[in-house]
Amino acid sequence: MTKHTLSVLVENKPGVLARVAGLFSRRAFNIHSLAVGQTEHPEISRITVVVDVDELPLEQVTKQLNKLVHVLKIVELEDERSVQRDLLLVKVRADARQRTDVLQIVDLFRAHVVDVAPDSLIIEAVGNPGKLEALLAALAPHDVREIVQSGTVAIGRGARSITERALDRVATA
Amino acid sequence: MAQVQAKPGVPASRIAREPASVTSLAQPTPQSNPDPSLNGVEMTGAEAIIRSLENAGATDVFGLPGGAILPTYDPLMDSTRLRHILVRHEQGAGHAAQGYAHATGKVGVCIATSGPGATNLVTPIADANMDSIPLVAITGQVGASMIGTDAFQEADIVGITAPITKHNVLVTDAADIPRAIAEAFYIASHGRPGPVLVDIAKSAQQATTTFQWPGRIELPGFNSGARPHHKTVQEAARLLATARRPVLYVGGGVIRSGASAGLRKLTDLSGAAVVTTLMARGALPDSHPQNLGMPGMHGTVPAVAAMQKADLIVALGARFDDRVTGALSSFAPHATIVHADIDPAEIGKNRAVDVPIVGDLKEVFEALVPALAEEHVKHGKPDLEAWWAQLDDWRTTYALGYTPTKDGLSSPQHVIQRLGQLNDPEQTIYVAGVGQHQMWASQFIKYEHPNTWINSGGLGTMGFSVPAAMGAQVGMPDKQVWAIDGDGCFQMTNQELVTCAINEIPIKVAIVNNSSLGMVRQWQTLFYNERYSNTDLHTGHGTRRVPDFVKLADAMGCVGLRCESDADVDATIKRANEIDDQPVVVDFTVSRDAMVWPMVAAGKSNDEIQYAHGIAPQWDRED
Repeated sequence: MTKHTLSVLVENKPGVLARVAGLFSRRAFNIHSLAVGQTEHPEISRITVVVDVDELPLEQVTKQLNKLVHVLKIVELEDERSVQRDLLLVKVRADARQRTDVLQIVDLFRAHVVDVAPDSLIIEAVGNPGKLEALLAALAPHDVREIVQSGTVAIGRGARSITERALDRVATA
Repeated sequence: MAQVQAKPGVPASRIAREPASVTSLAQPTPQSNPDPSLNGVEMTGAEAIIRSLENAGATDVFGLPGGAILPTYDPLMDSTRLRHILVRHEQGAGHAAQGYAHATGKVGVCIATSGPGATNLVTPIADANMDSIPLVAITGQVGASMIGTDAFQEADIVGITAPITKHNVLVTDAADIPRAIAEAFYIASHGRPGPVLVDIAKSAQQATTTFQWPGRIELPGFNSGARPHHKTVQEAARLLATARRPVLYVGGGVIRSGASAGLRKLTDLSGAAVVTTLMARGALPDSHPQNLGMPGMHGTVPAVAAMQKADLIVALGARFDDRVTGALSSFAPHATIVHADIDPAEIGKNRAVDVPIVGDLKEVFEALVPALAEEHVKHGKPDLEAWWAQLDDWRTTYALGYTPTKDGLSSPQHVIQRLGQLNDPEQTIYVAGVGQHQMWASQFIKYEHPNTWINSGGLGTMGFSVPAAMGAQVGMPDKQVWAIDGDGCFQMTNQELVTCAINEIPIKVAIVNNSSLGMVRQWQTLFYNERYSNTDLHTGHGTRRVPDFVKLADAMGCVGLRCESDADVDATIKRANEIDDQPVVVDFTVSRDAMVWPMVAAGKSNDEIQYAHGIAPQWDRED
């Protein structure tokens, strides 16, 4: 099995996320991560799904997704031809003595500190899943209290827009 | 005047530039009959539902009222264009709408209230989804402000039916009703047909709105199907012109597409062997010399063998279901596969395909027949003599048949065969339940026309027969409708005979009564050492006969007849056929030991087909 990143453009209708997610689980696919949000067009939302799946079943699930009335377009984004990013927030317990060590790691990974309390820090990091994994490994010796991670969002490199053609198909007032 | 409520950021009216998809036709169904004078008229949401159903071309609907749909039943009473059949159970409404749709080709409509009314539609909706039946289900929902509060009779039917509908929608604004219903009819009937559920909050039914029938259907994400690609059609024609052992594997898609005439042309021109699946019986007349009958688990030996030995299989609106292929790994090992289907997701789903053709079967035949004729001009007709010699040998040696019973009781196969022989194939629609009787009805009745054989294929819904037959009869009042049912199936949905009696829907029901859940019992005989766990129903010969089907029929306002021996079968069928003003139920008491043969055991290779118990065909007898 290999990891695939799919961008699914959908009409911004109630229940559409549940329909898309439900289809994956119904066909026994494991969703690795899922992120959803509006696009430049308010009527279109974009769902980024990362799945672990072989080529053939991926084709089947893509075809099944295409049958959903509110799904406008599905594009697979390949690693090397796209930019893929996750957002990570980590709460680390660190008093004044430990803080320097933690801040060094934050700098190394070009992460940011977004909240400071006398005995804790919240670190924000953006990157591909590999980088975030490495950051977590570096922080592991410290007292990590909480981790929260977004799903991957991804966009193709270059000038082409995948929403263009889908936009043509959706009404504009 | 009520305003069209828009979701934040979404324009109230969505006017496309130039539609990129083929989905913007003016009418949701070919039967649509919109009344332009309704536009701009102020009315309740409930009335808008009725006017929308009328506009979409519905003439017969099946349903049962309840609290959350009550507002809609009021204007329904005054409708002159809608006939509403009050069922006795919502499941009956759903199957009736299916039978209606199957027999007529139109969209079937069923109506239920919220909660239990809606959940009772789940089985027919799932059934329609599996067998690609165009169905629109209208359900009442609790008032919009109550949704999500676990209100009385609240169920999230949109969530429940999401995996088993082609599409579904919750309507909470009365202004959205006409568009939602127009789109439902459009989606249900275009592309691969299927069920669409429209769940309408009671508050929307009660609200006042200005009726506006959509001038066109705008569904940017809905693909109703591509046109068959010239190149792949050409390739399919070339393969058909050069194959030595070609088989046309015909599925229910040919029936749904109304493409029987095209199939006939391709059959005659190609000279190929034809197998018609359980869903496609009648797509090509059984009397056609190239029709080998049904393939699959209980298919004919020649049909199963033809697929196994074929060098080319042209699948037409079929989906390589496990009941047809047996163990996939050894299915049709020598065959190149051409697969034509309106649903691209079916192509390559189960079996890898060499030549895919996406399109409506009607259009596929329109393109493929002339392309094949051209190939014949170029290369001459292929020599299929050796293939037909082989097929004819299988046909003669392994003809469908059955052995007489040992207990002196009627053979169920005899009953069903005589039903087929004593009724006019032009004038009769057969509707089966699920189990042994279904298989025998598919095997032993000769179908000459599409839409004269109706059954629950994909989902295998016991209890389908009586309500589906009722729906078929409503849709085709001039035809004779025979439900062929088992004693198990019949006990699941026979309450609709009351509906038939009250509404003068004169269906005939043949209960093939073997006093047991016959197909399960057959598996217990074959695979569970004859340990008959919970399959005895006590309805047949030598039992307490609970219930007594003749008395039950009588109590439900039907004529009840009983037939207990082979000798009386013909006379009983004739008597039943003479009654045309009342439903008739015939209790054919038959032997419980009869089994369905041939058979490929579940999960086994089609090569291991047994012609009869313990008898395997000798494939290479001639070689």
